[in-house]
Amino acid sequence: MAHPAILGDQLSEPARRDSRREPAALRWSLTLAALGFLALFVALPLLVVFSQALQKGLAVYWAAIREPDALAAIRLTLLAAAIAVPLNLVFGLAAAWAIAKFQFRGKNVLVTLIDLPFAVSPVIAGLIFVLMFGAQGWLGPWLGRHDLEIIFAVPGIVLATVFVTFPFVARELIPLMQAQGTEEEQAALVLGAGAWQLFRRITLPNVKWSLLYGAILCTARAMGEFGAVSVVSGHIRGQTNTMPLHVEILYNEYNFAAAFAVASLLALLALVTLGVKRILEWRIRQLHRDIAALAEAGEA
Amino acid sequence: MRTPFFKSRSILPGFWPAFAFSTLYLGLIVLLPLSAIFLKTATTTWAHFWSVVSSPSVLASYRLSFGAAFLAALVNAVFGFLVAWVLVRYQFPGKRFVDALVDLPFALPTAVAGIALTTLYAENGWIGRLLAPLGIRVAFTPLGVLVALIFIGLPFVVRSVQPVLQDADREIEDAAASLGASRWQTFTRVVFPLVRPALLAGFAMAFARALGEYGSVVFISGNLPMRTEVTPLLIVTRLEQYDYTGATAIALVMLVASFVLLLGINIVQWRTRRFSETS
Repeated sequence: MAHPAILGDQLSEPARRDSRREPAALRWSLTLAALGFLALFVALPLLVVFSQALQKGLAVYWAAIREPDALAAIRLTLLAAAIAVPLNLVFGLAAAWAIAKFQFRGKNVLVTLIDLPFAVSPVIAGLIFVLMFGAQGWLGPWLGRHDLEIIFAVPGIVLATVFVTFPFVARELIPLMQAQGTEEEQAALVLGAGAWQLFRRITLPNVKWSLLYGAILCTARAMGEFGAVSVVSGHIRGQTNTMPLHVEILYNEYNFAAAFAVASLLALLALVTLGVKRILEWRIRQLHRDIAALAEAGEA
Repeated sequence: MRTPFFKSRSILPGFWPAFAFSTLYLGLIVLLPLSAIFLKTATTTWAHFWSVVSSPSVLASYRLSFGAAFLAALVNAVFGFLVAWVLVRYQFPGKRFVDALVDLPFALPTAVAGIALTTLYAENGWIGRLLAPLGIRVAFTPLGVLVALIFIGLPFVVRSVQPVLQDADREIEDAAASLGASRWQTFTRVVFPLVRPALLAGFAMAFARALGEYGSVVFISGNLPMRTEVTPLLIVTRLEQYDYTGATAIALVMLVASFVLLLGINIVQWRTRRFSETS
C-alpha cells in the first residue's frame, strides 16, 4: 500500500491537486444536480406535509390532533411500539450474545434468517398472521371457541409490528459485539464476576449506544408501519386504527387538513429519529475507532 | 483439541439460554408464520394456483411492479451514486444537514410519504401544476408509482456506496494520474470498479424494497384495474374479498422473487468480501 504514496509525492503540489479534483464547473454542476434531486424527492415531500397540515390554521390543526379518534390512534400506536420494541430488544441482545461471543455450527444460517423480515413485503407480513389466527386460519376455530380475538384486534397489530421490526436491534448489535471480542468478559470472569454482573457491568455498557441506535430505528418503524398493520387491523375507528391508518382514513374522506395534521406528527417523529440517529452514529464510529486502536496497540 | 460437533468450548456463560431463546423467538415470530404461506398453498391444486398467479390482472401487476421497481432502482443507482459522490468528495454549506436528510425515506412512514407525493404531483399540486401544461400526468399513472418507488429506495444506494467511497485510497488516483491517466480515465478505470459491488448491492436492495412496497404506492397510483395496480395491492384486494387462497398464491410468487433477490445480494456481498480479503 506504500508505493502509490511515493508516486504521489513526486507530483508537484498543483498537479497533485488537479489529479484528485474535477474542474470547478463540473464540481458545481454535479453538486447542484445532486442537491436538486434531493430537493425534489426528499425535501419537497417533507415540506408539503407541514404546509398542508397548517393550511387551514392552527385551530384546525389542534382540533384534528385532539379529536377522540386521533387520540385513540396515537394511544394504540404507542402501545404497539411499547410492546414490540422491548421484545425485540431482548431478542436482539440474546441473539447477539450467542452469535457474537460463541462459535457454533449454522451461525451464518441464523444470521441470514434474522434478516428475513426485511425481505418480506409488509403486506405479506400481515397476511401470514391472518393465515395463522384469522377466522379461516389454523388457530381460528380454536380462538373462536375461546372468544379470543387476534386478527382485526389489538394483538394482531402488535404481532405484525413485532414481525416488521424484528431484525433492527440484532443487526446493530451483532457486528459491534463481534468486533469487541470476548477478552473483557473473560477477564471479568477470572476476577470472579457472576453472569449477571458480567452482563450488567461489562457487556451492556459496551454496547449501549448500538442498543439505543437499534431501539430508535425499531421505534420509528413500529410507529410508522402501514402495510402489515393495515392487513390485520380491520380499520375499526377508535379501536384498531393506528396513526398511519388514521391518516389513510382521513385522506380517503378528503379531510386533507386533518390527514396531514396527524401525518405531520409522524413526520416530526421521523425528523427527531434522524437527529438522534446522527448523534448515535457519531458515538458508534468513535467506539469502532477505539476498538481498532486497541487492536493495533495490542499487535505492536 | 477435538473439534466439537456443535459448539466450541468457551468459559463465557449463557450460550444455551441465549441460543434457545433467540431460536425459539425466531421460530415463533418469523419462521412459523412464514411457513403458513407454503402450507396454505400446498392445500390448493396446481391448476387453481396457476390460474390465480397467471390471471391477466395479476400478470399486469407483475409487469408494473417489476418494471417500476427496476426502473426506480436504476434511477436510484445513478442519482444515489451522484449524491454519495458529492457528499464524500465536495464541500458545500449545509452538507451535514443534507447528509442526514438522505435517510428521511427510511424514517418517514410510508403512508405519510404516499399522501405527500400524491399532493405534490396531483394536477393542482406544486409539481403537478408545472407538469400539467406539458401534458405529463404523474399522480394516478404508472409514472406516479415510479416516483414513489424512487423515494423509498433512495437511501439504499447512497448508504451502500458512501462508505466505500470514503474508505477508497485517494493515493491510487494520484498514481493513475501520475501514470498519465485523465480524470475521466481514472474515474472509469480506477474509482468506478472499486465502487461497483457496493453500487450493485445498493441497487438490488432498492429493487427488493420497491418490489414489496405498499404504503407509499397505494395513494399515488390511484389503483386503476390493469393499469396501476401493484402486486402487493392485489394481495390486499383478495384478502378483502376473503379469498385467502388467492392472496396466498400471489404472496408465494412475491416471496420467492424476494428470496431469490436476497440470495443474489448475499452472493454479491460474499464475493466482494472474498475479493477484498485476497487483494
